[in-house]
Amino acid sequence: MSAEGASGIDLQGAAEGLVSVRIGGQAFGIPVLQVQDVIAQGTTNRVPLGPPEVAGSLNLRGRIVTAIDMRRRLGMEPRRSADGHMSVIVERHGELYALLVDDVGDVLWLPPTLHEAAPLTLSAEWRGLSLGLYRLEGELLLVLNIAEVLTLSRQAPASPAAAVARDAARPEQEPAVADGALVTR
Amino acid sequence: MGGALDDLVSDFIAETREGLEALDSELVRFEQQPDDPETLSGIFRLMHTIKGTCGFLGLGRLQALAHAAESVLGAFRDGEAAVTPAAMSAILEAVDVIRGLVDGLAQSGSEPEGSDEPLIARLEALLTAEVAPSAKVEPGPTSGPAKSLIERLGGDATLDAAAEMAIVRLRQDPQVGPALLDHDVDALQTGLRDGLTRLARTRSGQESLEGFLDGAAPGLLTVVMRAVSVALGELDIDDETIADLTALAMPVERAAAQEAAAAPEGVAPPARVIDNPAARPAATAQGEGGAQTIRVSVDALEHLMTVVSELVLIRNQLIQTLRLVPESPFAAPLNRLNQVTSELQEGVMTTRMQPISGAWAKLPRLVRDLANDLGKRIDLVMAGQETELDRQVLELIKDPLTHMIRNAADHGLESPAERRAAGKSETGRISLQARHEGGAIVIEVADDGRGLSAEKIRAKAIAAGLLTAAQGEQASDADVRQLVFLPGFSTAAEVTNVSGRGVGMDVVRTNIEKIGGTIEVTSVEGNGARFIIRIPLTLTIVSALIVECCGERFAVPQSSVVELVSASGGSGRSVEYIEGAAVLRLRDRLLPLVSLQNLLQLEASEEASAEACIVVTRVGAFTFGVIVDRVFDIEEIVVKPVATVLRHLRLYSGATILGDGSVILILDPKGMSVEAGAGQVEGTAAEPGELAAAAGSTATSEALLIFRAGQDTLKAAPLVAVSRIEEIDAKQFERVDGRTVIQYRGRLMPVVDAAVEPAKAWENGSRRPLLVFTRDERAVGLLVDEIVDTVTCAVEGDLGSGGSATRGSLIIGGNATELIDVDYFWRKAFGGEAPPAPAIEATTAAPKTTRRLLVIDASPFSQLLLQPLLSQAGYEVVVAPDAESAMALYREGNRFHLIMADTQPGAPATQAFARTLAQASDWHGTPLLSLGLTPSLGREPTFDTTTLLATVSAALDAERSAA
Repeated sequence: MSAEGASGIDLQGAAEGLVSVRIGGQAFGIPVLQVQDVIAQGTTNRVPLGPPEVAGSLNLRGRIVTAIDMRRRLGMEPRRSADGHMSVIVERHGELYALLVDDVGDVLWLPPTLHEAAPLTLSAEWRGLSLGLYRLEGELLLVLNIAEVLTLSRQAPASPAAAVARDAARPEQEPAVADGALVTR
Repeated sequence: MGGALDDLVSDFIAETREGLEALDSELVRFEQQPDDPETLSGIFRLMHTIKGTCGFLGLGRLQALAHAAESVLGAFRDGEAAVTPAAMSAILEAVDVIRGLVDGLAQSGSEPEGSDEPLIARLEALLTAEVAPSAKVEPGPTSGPAKSLIERLGGDATLDAAAEMAIVRLRQDPQVGPALLDHDVDALQTGLRDGLTRLARTRSGQESLEGFLDGAAPGLLTVVMRAVSVALGELDIDDETIADLTALAMPVERAAAQEAAAAPEGVAPPARVIDNPAARPAATAQGEGGAQTIRVSVDALEHLMTVVSELVLIRNQLIQTLRLVPESPFAAPLNRLNQVTSELQEGVMTTRMQPISGAWAKLPRLVRDLANDLGKRIDLVMAGQETELDRQVLELIKDPLTHMIRNAADHGLESPAERRAAGKSETGRISLQARHEGGAIVIEVADDGRGLSAEKIRAKAIAAGLLTAAQGEQASDADVRQLVFLPGFSTAAEVTNVSGRGVGMDVVRTNIEKIGGTIEVTSVEGNGARFIIRIPLTLTIVSALIVECCGERFAVPQSSVVELVSASGGSGRSVEYIEGAAVLRLRDRLLPLVSLQNLLQLEASEEASAEACIVVTRVGAFTFGVIVDRVFDIEEIVVKPVATVLRHLRLYSGATILGDGSVILILDPKGMSVEAGAGQVEGTAAEPGELAAAAGSTATSEALLIFRAGQDTLKAAPLVAVSRIEEIDAKQFERVDGRTVIQYRGRLMPVVDAAVEPAKAWENGSRRPLLVFTRDERAVGLLVDEIVDTVTCAVEGDLGSGGSATRGSLIIGGNATELIDVDYFWRKAFGGEAPPAPAIEATTAAPKTTRRLLVIDASPFSQLLLQPLLSQAGYEVVVAPDAESAMALYREGNRFHLIMADTQPGAPATQAFARTLAQASDWHGTPLLSLGLTPSLGREPTFDTTTLLATVSAALDAERSAA
């Protein structure tokens, strides 16, 4: 899966195009080739019993899009509902997903010289979700591995924050998620 | 690159598969009516096409086989070989091998390795064996030209080869080649071959050759015949024969020459063809009588369908907007758009529709083979082949239908002798019918065989623990018959080659339910059975009921909705609760209810919903109600799959977009029924795992042992209190100190009769069951007449015992049952006070986390006693009747903490069992406990609750500490 994500980006190429987004104060980049669309906040319809990261589903021109709350996905504090957000639409295996982020910035074309592997001190969870980072002026931009981002929570949450957020959200559902094949009822 | 060839190969595969399917039914028809030349030539043509295409694609193995089969068919056609069953079997076998090869080709992209020499030899032997006698006769009387022209030419095969070679040559010919390149090689070759064959065989029919030539290469007979002559020469045909054939063709040539002469000079025929290349193929297509169809890839159709679905949604949105602005100038065009969209939708749907005969094509052949295998005579009657349904649905019902036909032939129909004895005609009849009925398609599979015996099914169901005896008595025959759809149910007395492995109708039902269909069975014993399948026409657009709960909307497929019931105050109905479980009284029945709010863990919305609607839903034999806040319309919705990240949620079967643009989830009735505890309530339609799970989850329920004593009233004792069940006979009784005792484990144990009247004299030699209750070191025996069943049911804490023998009465399976007071019998046995009931290990040892146990054993003991007992002790118990079903559970991903099995050392079954379980590698760490249940000397095994629970607990502890 990660291979697929990696192949979408040409690390050797002259410059990599990234849609810069902001999630919980941190800058992230989403490979521009994987982005289908950027839309403003729309109505999402909740999915009861769904994984906590799934904010709901929405209708994008007749197609059903599953919305992923990126704050939860990254184990950050959940967004207060009053905050506005943007959706970055990405496709995976023919399905559309909307990544809910706080804000969307410019498309940045960054030379490979600025690229670096994610530091080992980064939490394992975040390292798993990233394809390295870029040193920008004044801040670091973490490149998201979309394939991994869209692979939800069969794994144990690595960062304590994520674990807490998840536990608080759905104490009942953990067994079902831990092993979907098992008949837990 | 290889693309063109790949396309050709995949076209070939698709065509051949279609052809083969058609072939199966044609061959069977042919066997019944060998004198029907039309059928024969149809089959011959088909075989020939396969052979020709294979030759073209360089598929040597297929070609050789098809050629051999074709030769035999040719011999049939020419009356040179008799149509014998052996010959037909060889042909059918060849068809099967070809099918296999084509499948292999489809999978790997190349022809599978191997040789079909034996089969080809058999086919050839058939040919020579049959031809030889007639060949022997012929030379005698006819002393003149020893053989007919066709024989001198070496038969159809040679002409065919010659035609093929000639066409290849002609295509390379600079003069005629360009004209021929526009034509289908196969058609050309067939045309030429047919023309030549006819010429050689009947010495007439030049016009057909002419016709072919006119279509392909007008006026070129000479060139063609020259090529044919050369080809025949290469095939070692003597010159005289070739000359004969050419001479026969001459009139044609002459006529053609005349025609050419009549044509204006300078307009060379090839040029004419080249001038108008586009017109040619169309003309040929019509000339060949080919249907005016094109092949469209399924993907293209699917895509079209998706686009149309989206268009429908947009249309719905627009219409909705329009309702708000009735005076809109867009009203007229929108209405038109509405209409056009509906037409388009219908049109696209139609393109996906296929006649059901596609799914039936294989059945005549199947029935023929079955009849042969089973030694029965079977007529297959099919009606409504033209009924159309969505191709996706069509694919999905193929297997279930095949299975049902197989069942009908094997179990349904009797042998000819039995049928004669029953006063029926020897030939059994299986009928297959399809028709449209209100947006659904109804398929009926009926036979006129022995029918389904409700009694047998009932007995079997009770033996297998699917029904309790009481439930069995209560259920109507019609209801009992639906039990054949339960997993692991088979009434076949023995496993045959054809069916009877216990995996059958439940798979059929599952497959049919998967596509939103239903299946039921009606039967008149002795007069056959009729299975009625109802399936939706299409899966992409379904009608669904839109419901609301806590402000969220959901869709429920209408196919599983039985009725809607209002349970608000005004309707006189209300939801009642039994130990927290909601039920509704509906026409003298209790309907189990699930609340959508609880099911989906929704937060109640602000406005308190005073009224509740109940959507009565039916899944298989299980009916339950879903409590929702509000019910909206029924809408046609376009089903879309749920996203991968949500696929583990079994409550949803899809999602859809409503007219107002919002996305809602489609509830899966099957998933909800599992949540509602299907099986627990009605005692039917339960999978073993679910049953056990349900039993374990109702914390306050108690396992009871039901028995008879004295009068006909049923009595019940708490199962945990019973430590052993013994069987004793009257001789074991002794009288000591005015009390009845028996010697039991080296001590005297008082025995009391459970019947209120003193122990009646019983016939000598008969044995009666004795329930043994143990407290401290003392034991008391309770003599009963008959053990009936064990059930798990809710028992209230104190039913009020006033020193009488009963604690109260319960309704179990519709029968009043007295729950005995064990203390009373203690007092009766020992006088004075009963020792305090011990804190029974069963309840105290109940593990906090549910431990799953797998019991592999077929005896009723496991199902009747062991399972409830262990469930009662807090374990989740799954019973598998044998190692195979255990493996099935394994493959489904079930994991257990302990496996208990009846593994008698030295028993032959034990080794097989061990071998089977060895495949379950993930289970290797699971401790195995031997039950040693095999009854000896025809006695039912005795068991000891305390020992059993202690052993189970010890085994689990060992596992825990090891882990």
